[in-house]
Formats: sequence, C-alpha cells, structure tokens
Amino acid sequence: MTDTTEKAASGAGVGAAPAVPAPAPAPRPARLWRGVTPWLFLIAPLALLVTFTYAPIVNMVAYSFTDWDGVSPELHYTGVENYTELFTRDDLFRVFFVSGYYLAASVVQIVAALYFATILSFQVRFRNFFKGVLFFPYLINGVAIGFVFLYFFQDGGTLDSVLSLFGHHSDHAWLGTPVSANVSLAGVSVWRYMGLNFVLFLGAIQSIPGELYEAAELDGANRWRQFRHIIAPGIKPVLTLTVILSVSGSLSAFEIPYIMTGGATGTETFVIQTLNLAFRFNKTGLASAAAIVLLLIILLVTWLQRRLVPDDKVDLV
Amino acid sequence: MTRRAVARTLVYLSLVLAAAVVLLPLGVVLLTSLKSEGEMADGSGALTLPGDLFNLHNYVTAFQDGGMLAAFGHTAFILVFAIGGTVLIGSMTAYAIDRFTFRLKRLVVALFLIAALVPGVTTQVATFQIVNSFGMFDSLWAPIVLYMGTDIVSIYIFLQFVRSIPVSLDESARLDGANAFTIYRKIIFPLLRPAIATVVIVKGITVYNDFYIPFLYMPSEDLGVISTSLFRFRGPYGAHWETISAGAILVILPTLVVFLSLQRFIYNGFTRGATR
Repeated sequence: MTDTTEKAASGAGVGAAPAVPAPAPAPRPARLWRGVTPWLFLIAPLALLVTFTYAPIVNMVAYSFTDWDGVSPELHYTGVENYTELFTRDDLFRVFFVSGYYLAASVVQIVAALYFATILSFQVRFRNFFKGVLFFPYLINGVAIGFVFLYFFQDGGTLDSVLSLFGHHSDHAWLGTPVSANVSLAGVSVWRYMGLNFVLFLGAIQSIPGELYEAAELDGANRWRQFRHIIAPGIKPVLTLTVILSVSGSLSAFEIPYIMTGGATGTETFVIQTLNLAFRFNKTGLASAAAIVLLLIILLVTWLQRRLVPDDKVDLV
Repeated sequence: MTRRAVARTLVYLSLVLAAAVVLLPLGVVLLTSLKSEGEMADGSGALTLPGDLFNLHNYVTAFQDGGMLAAFGHTAFILVFAIGGTVLIGSMTAYAIDRFTFRLKRLVVALFLIAALVPGVTTQVATFQIVNSFGMFDSLWAPIVLYMGTDIVSIYIFLQFVRSIPVSLDESARLDGANAFTIYRKIIFPLLRPAIATVVIVKGITVYNDFYIPFLYMPSEDLGVISTSLFRFRGPYGAHWETISAGAILVILPTLVVFLSLQRFIYNGFTRGATR
C-alpha cells in the first residue's frame, strides 16, 4: 500500500503540471457532460460484453428450442424436444460419465497441490526450483502437452520404457480401452493443472501471518495440528474457489481429450460432443440445448458454493 | 530426532518424485526431438540418448515444413492487438466504475460479474454465428475481438489498483482544470503500470497457448497460430515422432524463457488473477 501511495504522490506532480486554465463552463451543459462521461469510458467494454457474451446466451436459448442447422434460413420451433433428446438418448447422455474421471482427478489434484503448497511454504532446500518445476506445466501450450503425452502413452513410449526399467515389460495400449484411456487423459489434466492450484494455495498460505505459527509452536502444536488449525482455515476462500474451478473445469474438459484422442474410445467429453453436434453434424439447435444444460450446471455449482461458503469479498465495488 | 529425519527424507523423496513426474515426459520429448529417423526406427526405446546431441535436423524440418514462422507471426499479431485492447478496455472500465457514480452503475457491475461466471466454451455455438455475421470468421480479427471482449479477470485486477490510487489526486488535477480524459490518460493510466504488467503477462500466456478459439474461428491452412499449426503436425508427420517432438519443443521454448526471466511476476499475476 505505502508503495503505491508513494508512487501516487510522485505521479501527482506529473499529472498536475500541465495546468490548463479552467474554462468557466455553463452549469447546465457541464452537468450533462458529467453524466455522460462514465458512459464514454464504458461504451466499448459494454458493447463487447453484450455482443460476445450476452447476445450469444440469448440467441442460444432461442436456438435451443428449434431444429436449426446453423446454415439454412429455415428453422422450426420444436419446443423442448432437444432437451428431452439430450436426457433420453443414451449416446448423448454418456458424456456426463466421462466428466466423472475428471472430477475424480481434480480431487487428486487438489490434495496433491495442498500437500506440496504446505511443505514448500516451510524451509526446504531448492524451494524455488521445486516451485518452478511444479508450476511450469500450467504455462505450457495445450497442444504441445497433448503431443508430449501421446508419445508418453504410446506403445513402447515413455511410460512403457519406464515400466520396463522396473522390470515390468508390457506393451500396453494405454489409450486403447475406454477406462484406461480416460484414466490416462485425466492423469494428464492433473499433470497440467496441479501447478495452478499449488500456486494459489502457496499464495494464500504465505499471506497467513507468521506469528501464528510461532505461537502454535510455543503451544507445542505439531505440523499436522498447525495445518489443521491455522493453514486450513486460512486458505478456505481459495480452497472453495479451487473447488468450483475444478468442477466447472471437469465438466468442460476439452483440449487434452480432443488433441490426444479426438474423442475416440469413449473419451468424448461434453464440450467435444457439443462442438461435433454444432459444427460437424450441423445440429445447432441440439448443440445449443446441450450448451445451455452445461451452463446451467456450472451456474448451479457456483451458486451452491456461494450459498455454502459465504464469501466476504465477492463484490466488485 | 530420528522421526524428524525420517519425515524430512520422505518430504524430499516426494518432492523429487513429483519433479521427476513433471520433467520426465518433457525430457523424453526433448531427447526424441534430437534423434534421427534411423534411431527412431531401431527400436531402442524412448529413454535412450540420441547419437548426436546437436542434431537439429528435426527442428529445421518442423520450422520450415510446419509453417512455424508464419504461425509465430500470426500469434504475435494477435498478441499485440488483443493485449493492447484488453489493457485499454480493462483500465477504462475500472476507471469508470470506481471513480464515477451514475445511474445503472449497479446493473453495469452486475453484468460484468455475471459474465465472469459464464465459461467461454459453453457459448461458442452461438458466438460463432455472431462472429460469422460480422464477416470476421476465418480472419485474425475473430480471436482478437474475442480475447478483448470480456476479460473480467483483467478488469478486476485494474479495479483493485484504481481503488488504491488516492482520489485526492483526481481532485487536485480537476481543480487545475483537467477533465476526466486527461485524468485517465495522465494520472490513472501511468499509475496502473504494475497492474498492466500483470495483465500483459497473464493474458499473454493465455493467448499464446489458446487452442480452442483459433481452431474454431481460423480453419484456413495459412492462418495458423502456433497451437493450430502444431496441431496440424499430426496429419503429415503421423508417426514421425522426432519431428512432432521438435515442433512441441519449439512451442514450449519461448514459454520457458519467459517463465525463467519473469518468474516472480508470473506467480504473483496468477495469484492475483484467480483469487478474485
């Protein structure tokens, strides 16, 4: 804070220097002008917001009740047919189960991130090295990650070679059956996203005042107790944020499965299916309904989180 | 004492194991990218060292035949405009929301907040139609406007900073006759420098790595950005893992350089960006 204030103080000289003599404005236009000013700043942002966020949502709701193919001028109102189709057709509904793998993976991911954030917030040798290594995957291009792991899971690829070092000779097609393919892909997403959770937790733990640990240590609390009574409550807001991000991330998993398997062998996720419906099979109406369902689920999860854990700083203003 | 020692050993063991899990897949790809076609075919496995550690042949192939030069050019073009736009739009929004009281302000704030809850992937079916109707489909402008569009995280970061700039600065400037635009341009914007740095880094990494939007909106072969150009390697190089690996390393390398040189800012940026 003080840092900013100091800079602000030095900035004042700069800002105040070109002192334009104030014209004495007529009161009425001046007031009008003042009312318009904030809108001049907001025109562009609001126009973009409405065009690329709200207009699509409204359109999507409208499309979802039609049989539109996305191209032809002809479209028919079909009522809730798209929605019933989504929930009754087995092949369409199946993608929800795939999300289960990613949900399970996010539990692993959060636990691992919590563990590493806790141990790396205490004195450890090569701390910065480990921090960097754990976080770096999050910054890597998704396509590159996809290729790295395609090679990793290949027949006789990295994983098989490592296993054979330990005397386990197998030529396993890791992406060959639905279960092992989904587990492998979910593993990749843990590899990719664990670093983000880790850094968020680390930041939160470090914002806990150090005296608390000292006091606890004096009281004879061990590491586990310190974690349980100081760290866990201290990072609760970040923890809940991570949980929502993970749930919505699991439901909207796309890049890794699309790049690695293209949705083959039972790895199709909700988003891949929606994109295929919309852009490959020209079923814009059905795809819109699917997207609305996903959106509603994610909003529901967020709402639940807000209800269960009242956050003290959700307001922008 | 011994119990403590055991605990410490276990801690280090877990750290080393985690580091190996992260580095091994990347390391193997690096090794593969240096191997010749013959070495790939001889069935010696993924973990063997390449015969020539300075065999850059695959990189040349990947760079030239994969159209990586054009891809880096397109990515740079999108980065400049998308980030410039995000900084301008985010700072203007933050300034207007924090420094003015006006009717409908609560509604405007709510619109931005609610938009933050809507994941982009869910609305692309309909966003596509809108982008298409503007004639921006299959041009570099489609990703640019979409990235600029509604970056709530950057608006939030700017808002935090604008709030920390004392209002008395605005007032004294106003007494000197400066209008709102002068105040924004001469006082607020320069003081936002740390926030701008954060937004440039976080947004830059996101845009550089994004696959979804360019894949959807720029299907032309000659409009590849680095993600989509790399993705297209799968077809022509199918089983040529040495070339694909070289391409992947080429894409990862700039990220690594940026990360190593800006480490601290990157951590801070992501902590500030995500913990709204």
